[in-house]
Amino acid sequence: MSEVTQTRLWLAQRISAMVLAVAVAIHLTGIIVAIQGGLSAAEIIGRVGGSFTLAAFYGVFVLACAVHAPIGLRTVLAEMTDLKPVLVNGIAGAFTAVILLMGMQAVLGFYGLGGG
Amino acid sequence: MLVVEIWRGGEDGRFQSFDVPRLENQTVLDVVTYVQRKLDPGLSYRFSCRVGMCGSCAMTVNGTPRWTCRTHVSRVAEDGQLQIAPLRNLPVIKDLSVDMRNFFDKLAKAGGAFQSTKARTDNFAQIPPADPQRKQADAGIECIGCAVCYAACDVVTWKPTYLGPAALNRAWTLVNDARDGMGDKRLSLVAGDDGCIACHSQQGCQEHCPKSLSPTAAIAGLKRSVAVAALKGKL
Amino acid sequence: MAVGMKTRHRNHSTWWAFALHRISGVVLALYLPVHFQVLALAMDGEAVLDEALKWSDQPLVKLAEAGLIFLLAAHLTGGIRLLALEFLPWRNWQKSLVAASGGLSLAAGLLFLVNAF
Repeated sequence: MSEVTQTRLWLAQRISAMVLAVAVAIHLTGIIVAIQGGLSAAEIIGRVGGSFTLAAFYGVFVLACAVHAPIGLRTVLAEMTDLKPVLVNGIAGAFTAVILLMGMQAVLGFYGLGGG
Repeated sequence: MLVVEIWRGGEDGRFQSFDVPRLENQTVLDVVTYVQRKLDPGLSYRFSCRVGMCGSCAMTVNGTPRWTCRTHVSRVAEDGQLQIAPLRNLPVIKDLSVDMRNFFDKLAKAGGAFQSTKARTDNFAQIPPADPQRKQADAGIECIGCAVCYAACDVVTWKPTYLGPAALNRAWTLVNDARDGMGDKRLSLVAGDDGCIACHSQQGCQEHCPKSLSPTAAIAGLKRSVAVAALKGKL
Repeated sequence: MAVGMKTRHRNHSTWWAFALHRISGVVLALYLPVHFQVLALAMDGEAVLDEALKWSDQPLVKLAEAGLIFLLAAHLTGGIRLLALEFLPWRNWQKSLVAASGGLSLAAGLLFLVNAF
């Protein structure tokens, strides 16, 4: 991997961090409000299901996570294990796919549930 | 009496115990010197000015990298015990002497050499001391290359190819030197996984620098410059 | 490096801030797939998701979740501190930001705990 690409990865991680700073702050507030008086499936589906705004919000959230987390893991693996760079990059790349697939599945799934 | 453990041998050596008379005004360098002169002439260590100017006497004292000539035993000896080891992150030659070549090579690798743009017959550069760029440079030019920051940095420990705090601090002083002609080329040298972006801002360098410099601040400056250059496609 | 050498050079606040940031990052990254998996249960019908939520009603699980909230808040506030450090002009009172970050994270974790029980 060229030094320019490595630098761009670092920059992408910082930019996704800025996006996540806003998204996580909103999410944390939402969690603490939502758990008041207990949590039920009906409540969650009623609030999130079919909502375009929330789908868009969580879609951006998932994308930012998919950029931010694997790049971070890449650094941790490179510094704290003996794994070869090829393997480290491979694991990070695989993790990106996992987050994107599972995350988008959840987002689109809830959007398709209607209700709301 | 002080019980002093001193590292003997190379990478696979061991700690050896010595009994050293405790004096009222005593530095760790005094202790090491006593051991070499009175107890074991085979002990290898470095020192030069012994007054806190050259940085040659840097060693690990009770786990932290320090200048031994500027470390009073009374400040660090926990119940009369002292552990003296060579600097971390550098290959051990023998006992308390380490091989500084990697450290100095990285200074050059990070673009630490000033690149002149004027001839002897040209006028002096006119830079007011209050110039903001000059102040950034001034904040880092007192570095004497003692490697204490390098020894304190965990990123160097975990990633031996990392350029390190001193080299990057030096690069930043030149990035801010209006007389230097290297420009973006130097930013290319400090970018990449081994460059400024590897710094996690642990600030161990700043914490332990005997001259109270802040390589972390310099590296943060480099990160900003590198980010802008990357976005502009100038790397 | 000398074996058996004392490790005292890490005993300062910004190093601990780094350690917490790294640990929280790894834990949160590993938690993400689990989180998405649980959410996907909603597609199998309300009953399935309700069962999972009932399981997470146990005190120990709520405690673990509060721990996750603390780690999330710690990673968030610590991350904002780092972004400020890297992209804004340097300030010399950095260390108080570490304290502020720690305090806010604990507050978030406690808020969750108080509301979860």
